[in-house]
Amino acid sequence: MIPAEFQYATPPTIPEAIALLQAHQDAKILSGGQSLIPALKLRLATPPLLVDISRIAGLTTLSEAGGWLHIGALVREADLEESPLVRSRYPLLHDTSHVVADPLVRNLATIAGNLAHADPANDHPATMLAYRAEVVATGPSGARVIAVDSFFTGLFATALAHDEILTEVRVPAPMAGSGGAYLKLERKVGDFATAGVAAQLNLDAAGRVQQIGIGLTNVGPMAIRARRSEDVLRGQSPSDALIAQAAALAQEDCDPTADLRGSADYKRNMVRILTMRALHKALERARA
Amino acid sequence: MGVAHGMGHSVKRKEDARFLRGRGNYIDDIKLPGMLWLDIVRSPLAHAKIVNINKEKALATPGVAAVITGADLVPYKLEWMPTLMSDRQMVLPVDTVMYYAQEVAAVIATSRYAAADGVAAVEVDYEPLEPVLDPKKALLPDSPVIRFDREEKSNRIWHWEAGDRQGTDAAFKGSDVVVAEDIYIPRIHVASIETCGCVASWDPMEGHLTLYMTTQAPHAIRTVVALVTGHLGLHEHKIRVVSPDIGGGFGGKVPVYPGYVLAVAASVLTGKPVKWIEDRSENLQADSFARDYHIHAELAAQKDGKLNALRMGVVADHGAFDSAANPSKFPAGLFSICTGSYDIKTAFTEVDGVYTNKPPGGIAYRCSFRVTEAVHAVERMMDVLAQKLKMDPADLRALNFIRPEQFPYKSAFGWEYDSGNYQGALDKAKQIIGYDDLRKEQAEKRARGELMGIGLSTFTEIVGAGPSHTFDILGIKMFDSAEIRVHPTGRVIARFGTKSQGQGHETTYAQIIAQELGIPEEHIAVEEGDTDTAPYGLGTYASRSTPTAGAAGAMAARKIREKARKIAAHLLEANEADLEWETGKFFVKGVPSRSKTIQEIAFAAYTNHPQGMEAGLEAVDYYDPPNLTFPFGAYICVVDIDRGTGEVKIHRFVAVDDCGNIINPMIVDGQIHGGLTMGMAPALLEEIVYDENGVNLTGTFMDYLLPTAMETPKWELDKTTTPSPHHPFGAKGVGESATVGAPPAIANAVVDALSHLGVTNMDIPLTPQKVWAVLKEKGAAL
Amino acid sequence: MTQKITINLNGADVTAEVEPRLLLVHFIREVANLTGTHIGCDTTSCGACSVVLDGKAVKSCTLFAVQADGRRIMTVEGLVTGGQLHPIQEGFHEKHGLQCGFCTPGMMMTSYAFLQNHAHASEEEIRWAISGNLCRCTGYVNIVEAIKYADAKLHAPAAGGA
Ligand SMILES: Cc1cc2nc3c(=O)[nH]c(=O)nc-3n(C[C@H](O)[C@H](O)[C@H](O)COP(=O)(O)OP(=O)(O)OC[C@H]3O[C@@H](n4cnc5c(N)ncnc54)[C@H](O)[C@@H]3O)c2cc1C
Ligand code: FES
Ligand code: FES
Repeated sequence: MIPAEFQYATPPTIPEAIALLQAHQDAKILSGGQSLIPALKLRLATPPLLVDISRIAGLTTLSEAGGWLHIGALVREADLEESPLVRSRYPLLHDTSHVVADPLVRNLATIAGNLAHADPANDHPATMLAYRAEVVATGPSGARVIAVDSFFTGLFATALAHDEILTEVRVPAPMAGSGGAYLKLERKVGDFATAGVAAQLNLDAAGRVQQIGIGLTNVGPMAIRARRSEDVLRGQSPSDALIAQAAALAQEDCDPTADLRGSADYKRNMVRILTMRALHKALERARA
Repeated sequence: MGVAHGMGHSVKRKEDARFLRGRGNYIDDIKLPGMLWLDIVRSPLAHAKIVNINKEKALATPGVAAVITGADLVPYKLEWMPTLMSDRQMVLPVDTVMYYAQEVAAVIATSRYAAADGVAAVEVDYEPLEPVLDPKKALLPDSPVIRFDREEKSNRIWHWEAGDRQGTDAAFKGSDVVVAEDIYIPRIHVASIETCGCVASWDPMEGHLTLYMTTQAPHAIRTVVALVTGHLGLHEHKIRVVSPDIGGGFGGKVPVYPGYVLAVAASVLTGKPVKWIEDRSENLQADSFARDYHIHAELAAQKDGKLNALRMGVVADHGAFDSAANPSKFPAGLFSICTGSYDIKTAFTEVDGVYTNKPPGGIAYRCSFRVTEAVHAVERMMDVLAQKLKMDPADLRALNFIRPEQFPYKSAFGWEYDSGNYQGALDKAKQIIGYDDLRKEQAEKRARGELMGIGLSTFTEIVGAGPSHTFDILGIKMFDSAEIRVHPTGRVIARFGTKSQGQGHETTYAQIIAQELGIPEEHIAVEEGDTDTAPYGLGTYASRSTPTAGAAGAMAARKIREKARKIAAHLLEANEADLEWETGKFFVKGVPSRSKTIQEIAFAAYTNHPQGMEAGLEAVDYYDPPNLTFPFGAYICVVDIDRGTGEVKIHRFVAVDDCGNIINPMIVDGQIHGGLTMGMAPALLEEIVYDENGVNLTGTFMDYLLPTAMETPKWELDKTTTPSPHHPFGAKGVGESATVGAPPAIANAVVDALSHLGVTNMDIPLTPQKVWAVLKEKGAAL
Repeated sequence: MTQKITINLNGADVTAEVEPRLLLVHFIREVANLTGTHIGCDTTSCGACSVVLDGKAVKSCTLFAVQADGRRIMTVEGLVTGGQLHPIQEGFHEKHGLQCGFCTPGMMMTSYAFLQNHAHASEEEIRWAISGNLCRCTGYVNIVEAIKYADAKLHAPAAGGA
């Protein structure tokens, strides 16, 4: 399968990239290319210009500062997967990167691209919802911060303007007693999720849930935050019964459609099972 | 001087040298001067009238040289081509499209990219017709008849039966226990990692065609091409088919696809070489499919479990054209092996082949003509019966096995099984896996609410087609061939009518000759796949290479040995009868020092041969096997089922195979590893799915799920050895046993895990959603 | 509109005028005429096209040649040095890790990159590392053995160890 013709530019700086986007309304940003290029090959997308941001300097930060983990736009899945910092302090993020696509795709795919693409089947959106992450969008008039809760606006749609580049993802540094886990049900390794659940929480000194985030993958037109499930557990000592209740609410609050991966009923039930298992694992990690 | 490593040696493969260096020569690696590219416009609808095809924009696309439609082929009578099943198939439709992704037009251009642009620019108007998708409904009188070109106004292609209908009915009536199940074996695709393609090169000066193509059967293809193009003046002696290195075949590279014919037509039209390489979606959507068997299976037995009779009725979905590659007399292949390893006195089976608006079906998926379907049905039914009788499935099998002393055994369907020791294989498998302990573990787990299952498959294959009195394809008898030339320095070139697709023929065939002639295998070059040089043969599929061409190699080598004996007698001035053969040399009985090596004899064959004898040391053999061979095995699979998600995890899998005498144990194990994985795939993952409009939903590797290393368990292998009594060196053929034997072992394990819930049958693939739905229905889901 | 690019392929610079849409795999196979890198799918699923880009294994069917301008690519043709097979090639031969050979170059390039950063890998780690590469022939058992063979040879304690 062969893409249609297009023009290609490698702006060396963000302002130049933004200028190109402003000049070409149908231009597309090319980053890791692992979502965009397959779409181009299938001719599902036929942009006249690709603006390759991968040669812009300064976008590969992966470090903690000021209470946040900063993930630059060009940080790849493999970077997260291999980072000792991520592995030790951000297990939910590590879990997620580990199960995105396959090892070769992970060498190119970026976390920023994973969010900007806003595919409900992508794994990071749910994880970022669970983390209460923020993204930094840089446009003609500078940078603005968008809370991830208001970032996804629909199927393949985000709050980014056409001339904005997602330059950074910020994940809050973990508080004491934190734990998180991402569980993904897939038909085979490398598949998009039949359903996925991200859970991030922390326990106070008394063992009560203080903060909690639960995000759901591929069971709606966009990643879903399971707010009612979070509410059930917040401030409580997490018993099996409460966890089961939270999971049952997630099952109600998701909105899957039937496809080759399963019926809507199956997927709803998987959300329940995975929510239960993710919460148990997150708690186990929080207590460790 | 090297050493001859004949039978039983794990010789490292000769062919590796080029593959490891990236120097394999696969179809897409062939590049000829001036070569053009062909790409294909395909139908977005499963059944439709073509109202109009507009080429204008495509012809205006830079690089596009021509656009060919069905109408363009009519003057040359090339719009239809014959199939190997005496049906015919559209090369391009003139007015009606028969399935989704069918070829509608071909674009020829100066590059791969320009051809793709041309395809995107061809505009086709369709008028949708109602698609016929369900083969059972297609047989009803009120169904639309889709093959407008046939005289017979029915979607039934043929009806085929075997066995004793009345006798079987009577035996069922007289039996204590009868079990019956509907078993669907879904449509799947071989999906070799290399797709299909060709480079057609027409030389207008010589009126000669060279066709490089991904084919498992180059000689048969040349004959078919000659049949298609003979009326245009292109005859067999002016056609050279070359099958280069093949990136996996498994049956998918036996049929002739329209793309090949179009490339030939395009090369003739343009006078330039034309390359056609299909992409993965074309491969998964339009190339021939396997299985798609709707089976109603029944077993009748006595109270004690002794089998009385078997009955199977099948509706076989062959798609819009019958382009399978079965032997002519066997439209349902060797399905009548469905009495399996069991001594069943009476049996009957009938199969209806049906047209539907789907691409052609009925080819193999790494199995000998419909054997997988037969084995799956009988192995599944043995478990169904065991469950009904509350017997251990191993015990029920033991009670009914054909016993070693019954061979040669004539089955109820008339097959003569050559040899077997089914209980021996099962005992070995049970012992390796610790069967009795596993049953205890299963009981304990069940008590804890966990789901564990143990599945058996004690299958018999039927391979090596086949004896010429019964087997032919388009009238060509299913022999195979070898030609061996021993050169003066004792080096050998050997050519065969088959074609390796990864089976390692360059190594194993050399070993066969090394065994017979005592010449080191590294002194033997093996060639296949070029019709200009190789002797005529039917090709490699259905595990037939070792049983037929391998045997031909041994027989040709023996002819050479007989001539060598005469030359040795001459050289040693001894009587032929006084000579004895010992690997690589003849010596005078009782005087081992008076000897001549095969190399010395080879030299003499060209320099000092006896007067009156023809010079040279060569032989050809066309081997017509007296019978098929019947490899077998006993597989045991252990699975765990996740009650939350329905996921099935293969926890252990022991495979004991018996393929008679083994040429190269390393290669045989490799074949079994691969076969088991291709058996597991349709059991758990793979299925071609159409929507209600006949659109293929599984047209990429994103949704047609080939197992990765993560889904594939670490297979545990062992062997028993029961040689074939009629094969020249006692071998049986092994390439497909595991693909045949594995699916029922896995399905039986899954059903076994759920049997206490009252589950008796589940159709493959046993996907998480399917297993979970059963768990939910039975109240066992978490 | 074409663009002039230079890619370092197995140590040698290859310069060509290419369309931006030219996939890297087609650059390697058809511009540089190195046909060891194969194509098995359209959806980034099979790994037959795997090459090593600046030290990391990637799928060359999902990268444009222009993206690799000025960068280093290693393909199967670059594994042999001084006429000697690389240990990963030896492993595939010794352990019968290939049958039809079509997936083999990609499989070896993925393994090669993996073994640059991993020593004494477990069975599970190896299987995970090659989970983006499909093989239809071998059932993976002997591929895993081949990688273990190369791992042992590359990371033998005598040779400097892990
Ligand atoms: C075989 C395969 C399997 C996959 N499986 C999974 C999976 O299981 N889970 C999963 O989550 N993902 C999966 N993916 C998707 C993969 O993770 C993508 O790479 C990722 O979603 C996009 O990242 P990218 O850097 O490759 O973006 P690109 O493909 O370059 O871009 C994707 C989209 O985002 C836009 N974009 C990219 N970066 C930015 C930016 N910085 N600012 C603004 N817009 C931007 C682009 O314009 C484009 O529209 C799979 C991909 C493949 C090929
Ligand atoms: S060709 Fe299949 S992943 Fe590249
Ligand atoms: S060896 Fe054939 S696909 Fe791997």
